[in-house]
Amino acid sequence: MRRLVNIRPGRSGRIFLGAAPLLLVALAYLVASAARHSVNPTDKILPSPGDMWAAWQRMAMSVDPVTGAVPLIADTLASLTRLGLGIGIATGSTLVLGLVLGLLPIVRATLGPLVAAIAVIPPIAVLPVLFIVMGLGETAKVALIAIGIAPFMVRDLASQVSAIPEEQMVKAQTLGASTWQIALRLALPQAMPKLLKGLRLSLGPAWVFLIAAEAIASDVGLGYRIFLVRRYLAMDVILPYVAWISLLAVMMDVTLAWISRRFFPWDHAKGAE
Amino acid sequence: MSDPILSLRDVWVEYGDKIVLEKVSLDIARGSFVSIVGPSGAGKSTFLRLIIGQEAPTRGHILLDGAPLTPEPGPERGVVFQRYSVFPHLTAIDNVAFALDCAGSMFLGRLYGRRRKAALEEAGQMLEKVGLSDSRDAYPAQLSGGMQQRLAIAQALIRRPRILLLDEPFGALDPGIRLDMHALIDGLWREHGLTILMVTHDIKEAFKLGDRVLAFDKRRHDPHAPHRFGSSAVYDFPLTGKNRRPPAEILALGAREPAAA
Repeated sequence: MRRLVNIRPGRSGRIFLGAAPLLLVALAYLVASAARHSVNPTDKILPSPGDMWAAWQRMAMSVDPVTGAVPLIADTLASLTRLGLGIGIATGSTLVLGLVLGLLPIVRATLGPLVAAIAVIPPIAVLPVLFIVMGLGETAKVALIAIGIAPFMVRDLASQVSAIPEEQMVKAQTLGASTWQIALRLALPQAMPKLLKGLRLSLGPAWVFLIAAEAIASDVGLGYRIFLVRRYLAMDVILPYVAWISLLAVMMDVTLAWISRRFFPWDHAKGAE
Repeated sequence: MSDPILSLRDVWVEYGDKIVLEKVSLDIARGSFVSIVGPSGAGKSTFLRLIIGQEAPTRGHILLDGAPLTPEPGPERGVVFQRYSVFPHLTAIDNVAFALDCAGSMFLGRLYGRRRKAALEEAGQMLEKVGLSDSRDAYPAQLSGGMQQRLAIAQALIRRPRILLLDEPFGALDPGIRLDMHALIDGLWREHGLTILMVTHDIKEAFKLGDRVLAFDKRRHDPHAPHRFGSSAVYDFPLTGKNRRPPAEILALGAREPAAA
């Protein structure tokens, strides 16, 4: 009898094993939903697939007469704009700060402790400050996302850049490279795939901060919508929205992974570290 | 020795109260191939770091072509390390052209148009010299260890450094590949009239390639405070065509256990 640690599933085996729990969860949901509906046909806690489809048609395929827009599309555009701005600001400042922190010992000595101190502040705790200082508009929401993910990304990138082997740094200098040329030709290109990796890890927290900000003060957005309809126990809207948010998050992750493979093939080459 | 390319005058390197190198005075002749051997911890690497400019002597002077050595790495000293010498994000040809890019474009660090074409032409010739013409568009991760070292040598030679410093360049390679690399570096040395300093722990390699062998070790040893005595070049062998066999005292040096640090 082979040891359990040596039994590896084949390709089709992996697909089957991976799909089985998902199907079981779906099945369990359908059974539970049907059971509740057999007792109370108007049950709202576990809506049937038909209920959810009806809600989806209402939210995603028809114009809301009050706002004149399709709710799902308006919510998605508003949320993605905030997310994009927040992530963009965080990524841009990470690139600059992470590079100089990782590359220049004098900057690391100056700003390192400050960045480390900021990184331990729980971003949500700063949200009231942001609302007070920046008002309840878009700025505070975008700022929360940027402030929420930037410190981790900066510290991650700085450590990646300072981990470039000293041999490479010395070699570049013996080839006549100045500090600026080392930053531009050596550190920046090697930092890019690491930045994308840090960004992929930060997407989850970015969504958390977005939905938190929208739940508290907003009038449009995916997070706003699910917290709004919560008042009516509208699980038939919330569950499809959660699935939609997850789909968006997965698509962003896949896109970033693709960009990294497409533009930085050397970082994915066989045997690359 | 008239007109040495590199002179060390009474050089000491100390870390706190630990003395690594003491009283090193040497002249390196233009066009020589100096092998540096010695047990682990005898300051071979510190010696090389001094010449590269990665650290400065605590006392003493180092002169390159009669002028004090700048205390940071520069293009007049080329270097090949045992590992990590090439840039993983650049193809072979771009790795070699990197130095030309830096020299020709201060702000962009990259040449364009006709000048880039000329740089690629020059880099291509250098790749051909080290036998990498077929891999010009490969990334280092796609090259074998020996090919990566060939690339590192081509990269280091394109700016025609005054001295080429090799830090255990073939230490991580298979024996067969190592022989090919010996032939390559020997050929380049003769063809270009290079001045080479090579640190190695392989004594046969040192005597095969060099025309002078320096052995670093501690002259004196205090068993109660081993760190208070530093190393210097205790043996200095000029080699002619005949005496290519390492003497017994050198072989004993290599076989000895590393000095307690």
